[in-house]
Parts: sequence; C-alpha cells; structure tokens
Amino acid sequence: MTAAFQVLLQVVGRTALERLRAAGHAALFSVGMLAVLPASLRHPSLVLAQVYVFGNRSLTIIAASGLAVGCVLALQMYYALLPFGAVDNLGLVVNLALVRELGPVVSGLLFAGRAGTALTAEIGLMKAGEQLVAMELMAIDPRRRLFAPRMIGGLVAMPLLAILFSAIGIVGAYLVAVPLIGIDATSFWSIMQARVDVLRDIGSGILKAAVFGAICMVVALYQGAESEPTPQGVALATTRTVVVSSLWVLCMDFFLTAVLLSAP
Amino acid sequence: MNAKRIEILVGGFVLSGVLGLAFLAVQAADLGRLRGGDTYALTARFDNIGGLKPRAPVRAAGVTVGRVNAIAFDGGIFQGVVTLDIDENYRFPKDTAAKIMSSGLLGDQFVGLEAGGEEANLADGAVIAQTQSAVVLENLIAQFMAGQADRAAAPANAGAFE
Repeated sequence: MTAAFQVLLQVVGRTALERLRAAGHAALFSVGMLAVLPASLRHPSLVLAQVYVFGNRSLTIIAASGLAVGCVLALQMYYALLPFGAVDNLGLVVNLALVRELGPVVSGLLFAGRAGTALTAEIGLMKAGEQLVAMELMAIDPRRRLFAPRMIGGLVAMPLLAILFSAIGIVGAYLVAVPLIGIDATSFWSIMQARVDVLRDIGSGILKAAVFGAICMVVALYQGAESEPTPQGVALATTRTVVVSSLWVLCMDFFLTAVLLSAP
Repeated sequence: MNAKRIEILVGGFVLSGVLGLAFLAVQAADLGRLRGGDTYALTARFDNIGGLKPRAPVRAAGVTVGRVNAIAFDGGIFQGVVTLDIDENYRFPKDTAAKIMSSGLLGDQFVGLEAGGEEANLADGAVIAQTQSAVVLENLIAQFMAGQADRAAAPANAGAFE
C-alpha cells in the first residue's frame, strides 16, 4: 500500500516540479525578450518586413471575420433590444461590443491562429535545420536578429488589425441594420457618436489588442524556440501555440477588462 | 519580394489602420464635433438637469441645432448651469424657452428650445431666461400620491357636514 502511495506522490511531485520549471523557463524567456526589444530598432527594415508578414497577410481573414461578426452582431442585438423598444440603440450596442471586446479578442484569436502558427513553424523549422545554432556560431544573437523584429512586428500589427476588424464590423452592422432591418440611419450613427468615448472605449480596445499581440508573439516564439527539432516536434509546437495563446488571450481579456472598466 | 515593395505594402496597411481609427473616432465616437461648423454659445440655468449629459443634442422643433457643451453647478444660486453650442446659422429670440426633454422612455435627454416672439435675438454668450427643468419621477409620484390623498379626504369632509 505504502509503495503505491509513494509512487503516486512521486509522480505528482515530479509533474509539479516539471511544470514549475517549464513555467519559469517561459517567464525567463519572456523577460529576456523584453531586454532585446530595443535592439530591433537598429534594423527597421527587418521590423517592416515582419509587419508585412503579420499585418498585411492577416488582412483577408481579419476583414472577412470583421464583416461577418458585425453583421451577426447587428442581427442578434436587434432581437435582443426589440422587447425593450430600444432598437434605436443598435448602433451603440454593436459599436461598444466590437470596439471594447470583440475587436481585440477575436482579432487576437485569429492572429494567434494565423500569425502565431506561422511564426512557430518558421522558428521551429529554423531550429530543426540548425540555422539558430549556425547563427550563434557566427556570433549573431538569434534573439536580436530574429525574435525581436518579429515581436515588434506583431506588436505593431495587432492593434491595427483590431481597429480594422472593429471598423469593418461596424460597417457590416450598418449594412444589416439600415437597408436590411430598416432601422433609422440617423439614430444608428448619432446615438453611437453621443455615447462612445474615444479614449475610454476605443483606447481600451487598442491597449488590449497590443497586449494580446505581445502575448501571441511571445508564446509563438517560445514554442518555436523550445520545439523538438523534428517534424512531429514542430507540429506539436504549432498546435500548442494556438492553444496556449488563445487561453492567455481570453484570461488576460478578463483581467484587462476588469482593470480598464474600473478606471475613472 | 524586394524591400521597396514591402515598404509600400506595410505603409498601405498602416495607413488603412489609421483611416480605420479615424473612421471609428469621427463617425462612431464623439470626435464628430470637429466636422461641425461654427457655433455660438448660450447659457441656461436649471433647477434640475436630470440625466442631461455633455454632447447631448439641442433641438428646436425636433431638429438638432446644436450640442450641450458643458454642465456645471453654480454654488451661488444653487442651480445647474448648462452651456449650449448652437449652430451659427440658427438665431433665437430673446424670450426663447429651454426645456429638458426625453426622447422616449429609454431615450437620451436633450435640451429643447422653444422660440418666443421677441424681435431681438440672443447674442453670443447670452443667458436663456426661461427654463424648465427635467421631470423627476419621484416628484411626479409624490404629486400623484398627494392628489390621491386629497381626493380621499374630500368626500370624508363632505360627509361630516351631514
């Protein structure tokens, strides 16, 4: 009996220690990334290339999703507001939902899926092809040369993508609300204009998007750098990137919303 | 893909992001006042401004002619002082009345201007003399209850004389 119990304790202890070590390793990696970020300012062309890779290449999915989410939101909110006779507020509700919440979060999830996986696969394959080791042998720090520009690129691209998501979503909602459902166009825009605050609502959305961009990039880089240098290892790292990024984005969304909403 | 093409594309991406932000800020938020024309200021004092907020519309005959600029409390006369920005093209007579009205039960409150009959118009910075405060639900209920109490007391008094 006691032998089995001992084995159980051993397994639990080993797992806990392993998880703790991994968490610490990831934290050290993140802090190390912060330290090398200023180095990327010396190579703006690298950063620009990464903004293209993460930003421009994600435009299609962000635009399409924004349009779809905006249209659906208009429909759902219309039926939600109808019993209260408050359908004139449809524009306001859709705007706040998009700009404060859905813009940053959905863009973050899509970004993690599209840009994060691409980044993890790229870094993982570089590691598998021993390119990272080769760089270190040439006294080039791969973190400054490779990781930092990608991190800044994602950090710059993400808020822009969230803004575009929200803007296209509002246009989509307008197209559904006014021509399709028949809501008054003037009240759609004017109530929105009266109640939406640029700093509090749009600003908080941009801040959230920047944080989500940083999270996605750090997770993707870490998973890529720590992946096993085999095809299966890279594939596993890619899926882990999506899962971990998405969970982090959703958790941080709650904390950020709580903090931002309680601010005066 | 050469560097120049990448720079152009990224520039286009960043520009579209900035345009999206401008669209959100101007069309969909409260920076729209930058698009407006010239305005002149009028002041009105109310006993109770109710739920009036800055940027609320100012309407005359139902048409929006301006926005509420600022709301302050005057400690000297213990009244709310509301500053209105009215479009330059619209001038109102000196005996115009300002009322705080609601656009529907769940709607926003706005300032309604009812023009008077005087020939001279309100100048920039003038004070609107006649004002009507917002309807406060509690006062209405109190009035209703008092009315009910009176009606209940009246037949009892009449019966006492017989």
